[in-house]
Amino acid sequence: MCLAIPGEIVDVVERSGMRFGRVRFGGVTREVCLEYQPDSAVGDFVLVHVGFAIAKIDADEAARQWELLRELAPEGEEL
Amino acid sequence: MKYLDEYRDAAATAAIADQIRREVTRPHVVMEVCGGQTHAILRYGLDRMLPPEVELVHGPGCPVCVTALETIDRAHAIAQRPGVIFTSFGDMLRVPGSHGDLLGLRARGADVRIVYSPLDAVELARAHRDRPVVFFGIGFETTAPANAMALIAARRGGVANFSMLASHVLVPPAIASILQSRDNRVGAFLGPGHVCAITGARAYASLVARYRVPIAITGFEPVDLLRGVLAVVRQLEAGRAELENAYARSAPLAGNPAARAALAEVFEVVDRNWRGIGAIPKSGYRIAEAYRAHDADRIFDVGEIATREPEACISGRVLRGVAKPSECPAFGRTCTPATPLGATMVSAEGACAAYYQHRRTA
Ligand code: SF4
Repeated sequence: MCLAIPGEIVDVVERSGMRFGRVRFGGVTREVCLEYQPDSAVGDFVLVHVGFAIAKIDADEAARQWELLRELAPEGEEL
Repeated sequence: MKYLDEYRDAAATAAIADQIRREVTRPHVVMEVCGGQTHAILRYGLDRMLPPEVELVHGPGCPVCVTALETIDRAHAIAQRPGVIFTSFGDMLRVPGSHGDLLGLRARGADVRIVYSPLDAVELARAHRDRPVVFFGIGFETTAPANAMALIAARRGGVANFSMLASHVLVPPAIASILQSRDNRVGAFLGPGHVCAITGARAYASLVARYRVPIAITGFEPVDLLRGVLAVVRQLEAGRAELENAYARSAPLAGNPAARAALAEVFEVVDRNWRGIGAIPKSGYRIAEAYRAHDADRIFDVGEIATREPEACISGRVLRGVAKPSECPAFGRTCTPATPLGATMVSAEGACAAYYQHRRTA
């Protein structure tokens, strides 16, 4: 039920006083309500749940987490 | 897909599992709270990759499962009213009430429609001004903001024929009730990442401080899930109890202020009855007074509904991590996803249904 999928904002529009955008998930594009991501912009990756962007994905945090994980990998193995 | 595929990488997942095996020295019981996490753990076989010392038990985080039978019956009564268009997320359609499910009602002529977003239900109401359009609003803090926005849009747009039967549940009071129960076995929690993306971490920090229990805010993909397990196992081994964020890319500690503002405007906190568990104080949202014109509970007077759960069902103990689905005598025999007897078999995210689907029988 709490499933949320990451996608990239490809455009932002205003409709009946609300902020919407088209978000691309792999090959599929869907209209998503951006009211809860007022600062989001084209090119941002957002997490989408039942048609709403609930979070913006933080690329720096993602990179930092992979750094931590790489330390776990046995010598010479690529994660 | 970016931010998805790399977190399903088998080598990375195995490396974290190995690290957990290297660090663990004694038994630990870890609960993942969210039903989506339960489903992913079984689907990717993460429970089988972990060393035997680390036991995963499955929490109450399946909103479809814990929605009270009485609420389901109320929804069915409304869906049968003449003229009503009853809308819902797809996963509520097969959930049996005392007399069948929404799909059955639809087969008998009720106008039941699946929507992807609650805003779609508002659009439907705009297109059918002469008919009441009701949306079945359930879910945790992840889903509640979307449902709140549907109510805001309906009120702003003067869509008087749109209403919502709202029965939301909140995670932190459920965790507290598990920790307070005398038979609790859970030593650490994987916090529900998408709930935290909305609420932020404050309530979880309070739980950590109050009960001295490690919590790692955790995502939903294999790498994320095992990263959360590693975080709490490390704490348990070291005798620490802290709040850690193992899902920082998507769940900032501050949560989502815009979503929280909408929740505060539209809903108010109430005691809620959880199917299989019972009443938990201050564990739900109902529609606030200002939005009463769109509250299906007030619009459709359905009256008192008496329900009874089968005695064989031990889902209350499953939902608190005290029992495994396979310990239930009815599991896979009289109780299957096609003929569910209790809360945790009614949705694919329920622990009993997930065990059944992924053949965890022993
Ligand atoms: S298998 Fe069925 S009867 Fe047994 S606990 Fe699960 S839902 Fe209840």
